Amino acid sequence: MSELLRRMLFLPEEGSTLASRVDGIHFFIILTTFVVGAAIGLTGFVFLLRFRRRHAHALTPEVLAPVWMEALFVSVPLLFFLLWGALGYRDYVWSRSAPPDALDVYVTGKQWMWKFAYPEGPGAVDVLHVPAGRPVRLLITSRDVIHSFYVPAFRLKMDAIPGRYTETWFEAVRPGRYPVLCAEYCGLDHSHMRAEVVALSPAEFEVWRTQQGGDQVASGAGVAEPLVEQGRVVATRAGCFQCHTVDGTPHIGPTWRGLYLREEPLDTGGTIRADVAYLTESMMEPQAKVVAGYAPVMPSFQGRLSAGDVASLVEFIQSLRPERPVPPTVQEPRYELRGR
Amino acid sequence: MSFEVAEPAMPREHYLNARRGAWSWLTTHDHKRIGVMFLVALLCTFLLGGMFALALRLELLTPGETVMGRLAYNRAFTLHGVIMVWLFLIPSIPTTFGNFLLPLMIGARDVAFPRLNLASFYLFVVGAVMTVWAILEGGVDTGWTFYTPYSTATGTDVLPVLMGVFVVGFSTILSGLNFITTVHTMRAPGMGWMRLPLFVWAIYGTSIIQVLATPVLGMVLLLVALERVVGVGLFDPARGGDPLLYQHLFWFYSHPAVYIMILPGMGVISEAVSAFCRKNPISYRVLVWSTVGIAFVGFLTWGHHMFVSGQSVLGAGTFSILSMLVAIFTALKIFTWTSTMYRGSIWMCTPFTYVLGFIFLLFFGGMSGVAVAVTSADLHWHDTYFVVAHFHFIMVGASLMAFLAGLHYWFPKMFGRCYPEGLGVGTAVLIIFGFITTFLPQFLLGNMGMPRRYADYPEHFQPLHVASTAGASLLGFGFLIIAAYLGWSLRHGRVAGRNPWGSRGYEWHSDSPPPEANFHEPPVFPYRPHDYSRPDLQPEVGHAA
Repeated sequence: MSELLRRMLFLPEEGSTLASRVDGIHFFIILTTFVVGAAIGLTGFVFLLRFRRRHAHALTPEVLAPVWMEALFVSVPLLFFLLWGALGYRDYVWSRSAPPDALDVYVTGKQWMWKFAYPEGPGAVDVLHVPAGRPVRLLITSRDVIHSFYVPAFRLKMDAIPGRYTETWFEAVRPGRYPVLCAEYCGLDHSHMRAEVVALSPAEFEVWRTQQGGDQVASGAGVAEPLVEQGRVVATRAGCFQCHTVDGTPHIGPTWRGLYLREEPLDTGGTIRADVAYLTESMMEPQAKVVAGYAPVMPSFQGRLSAGDVASLVEFIQSLRPERPVPPTVQEPRYELRGR
Repeated sequence: MSFEVAEPAMPREHYLNARRGAWSWLTTHDHKRIGVMFLVALLCTFLLGGMFALALRLELLTPGETVMGRLAYNRAFTLHGVIMVWLFLIPSIPTTFGNFLLPLMIGARDVAFPRLNLASFYLFVVGAVMTVWAILEGGVDTGWTFYTPYSTATGTDVLPVLMGVFVVGFSTILSGLNFITTVHTMRAPGMGWMRLPLFVWAIYGTSIIQVLATPVLGMVLLLVALERVVGVGLFDPARGGDPLLYQHLFWFYSHPAVYIMILPGMGVISEAVSAFCRKNPISYRVLVWSTVGIAFVGFLTWGHHMFVSGQSVLGAGTFSILSMLVAIFTALKIFTWTSTMYRGSIWMCTPFTYVLGFIFLLFFGGMSGVAVAVTSADLHWHDTYFVVAHFHFIMVGASLMAFLAGLHYWFPKMFGRCYPEGLGVGTAVLIIFGFITTFLPQFLLGNMGMPRRYADYPEHFQPLHVASTAGASLLGFGFLIIAAYLGWSLRHGRVAGRNPWGSRGYEWHSDSPPPEANFHEPPVFPYRPHDYSRPDLQPEVGHAA
């Protein structure tokens, strides 16, 4: 029955423990609405036929609703509304009270991407790995404007607000991939601010987590600042490393090691300071200012890199200091436990 | 009991021809002429907002870029929202029919402050021109809600739009003040509060909201302006401000504002139900007290726009319950209108067709409103197309149905001529069908999880978007037909005579169109409003006979 209703109403699959609760109240409301709507429609239709106009100046008897009828008009809908309100509120309170054993994930919205960080582990961009069958608490904030973390299959939504943390939680009922959308208008690329929840079986999740941790240890960087890590991923994806190195050796293009804020001679004479503006410009219009000694062969990345990509690349380049890198100390988002 | 008159004649002198020339219109203090000028201005803004609506629907026909880029799309929905909300829906019924009919219905010569009434028109025009110019020039992309910190951070020029809406707000406040004073001080002798026509009650309730809520909008717009210009940091977390404060202030105005849009519509429907069922409302006092109830309880529900904003759990529960209370008043009205048909003499003409459309849209729009006020259900629906469909049903669809019902019901009153009735009913059916085809798929899109304000969307949403766009084009076509036949009827419609509907509304006690002074002699209203149980004392003439 509920599966049939779900399909008739075009609802996505029920991917979380919350989803079946939200759908339950949805079905209750919509069934009542249609029964009452049909009753009103039918009454109106009967009246329309039975009391249609027979001559233009007909007089009609003065009919007044008795008090009991007025009382019924008030009390019956009020009863239903309050019942729905109470049932819904029970689930709402439940949805905002994370169980104490929940796995914490910090979620940061940023124009136009979602970043996820685990307290003891790695960070990730636009993909949130979670174990199925285990509650996951999300501590959500934003770097810039308001976003809203929305997983339709989980019936879950919570705004990401700059300067404060909001909290919600979910439990995926089975392994699978569930799209994440941004539900609060956040500017140009609002409709492309998409991510994915990947629910793994508990065993697979442990394997995934160990792998992530292993990589971190191998690279010797400790826990990475997620944006820097994102920059590395973007650089790999966009093919930057075909021409640029990160260890100080010159290649087809200048090395990124120590590039940030370095004075570079230009092939047209003069020098340029490799600040954020220059780095960004070089990605978009590489031929504008070419460093002396290099061929002007770099393609433009205009339109190929999102604003988020560029920010993370710049942050990545900034992190490549000339001296041996010191593992950055991790600044965890501060979260005050209140009434949990 | 019917007087057969061969062919009703146009009154020799009326408000339209009492004075001549453009100047006599631009400097008029006559509430009827100001109402007509508002009508013309609002039809222009409606056309503009409607064109942007069609552009949006066209863009959403296919995923990816169809006719405009993302930035253009973001600007287009901002323009559509701002124009439709502040330049059409909020002023729509009060400034046109309210202005025209309120004094007629209470037997007054004019509103309390005729000059202020004209000022309110010019403020509206100035504000509207500023707003439209500012959006086109500055390309604002914030959406009509101006949420901070996006609105304080965006590179587009928000300031002039804020000022434009601010000026329009003053027009709203002045109109409200005018109507409140008029109802209090200028009722015909012996017309007690419980003998007011229901439309007057509706305009009175609306005016109270306008006067109490709009100043808050003015304040919050000024604060956003200050934030942008001086950087006061009230809403900026980096400076210790709180973006949610903006939402509280904004919705403290904007939730009551949806009642500014729908209450006058409910007043029109109360009048039309009575006139076309030839029947007293089954409970006058229920319709009155529910109007007053909406006007006041409507102020206590704004937090239901913020269930997923991290608002306190207790706060969310409280706002949910308060929203249920305000919904009761609407439910009461629907039950009352439906039962009023009982033992009536129902005339299925154009205005009544719109009445049926209104009740349908109000019922489903209202019930979906109750549904999104249920806290847990809102977790899924908030900021999706379900909400878009909900508020288009109730504050756009229902308001439009009421506007069109009023326009057809009072067209003979305002211009003294009838429109082609068959064409009217046919177009009404087309409009209602088009509206439902446009927005029913959007409820389902919301269920699927399609968020609002998306220039681009994943492909599995497309079939429903196609259906919605098809409906929108039907709707656009319907409006063109209405514009055509009403425009034609202005000149060539059959002369209506004083009271073509045989209505007992007090406004029909004067000529159609009314003389400049509204009544030739002090009007006498011999029966309670909406009373059809006794023979009328004045002859009923026109095409009804």
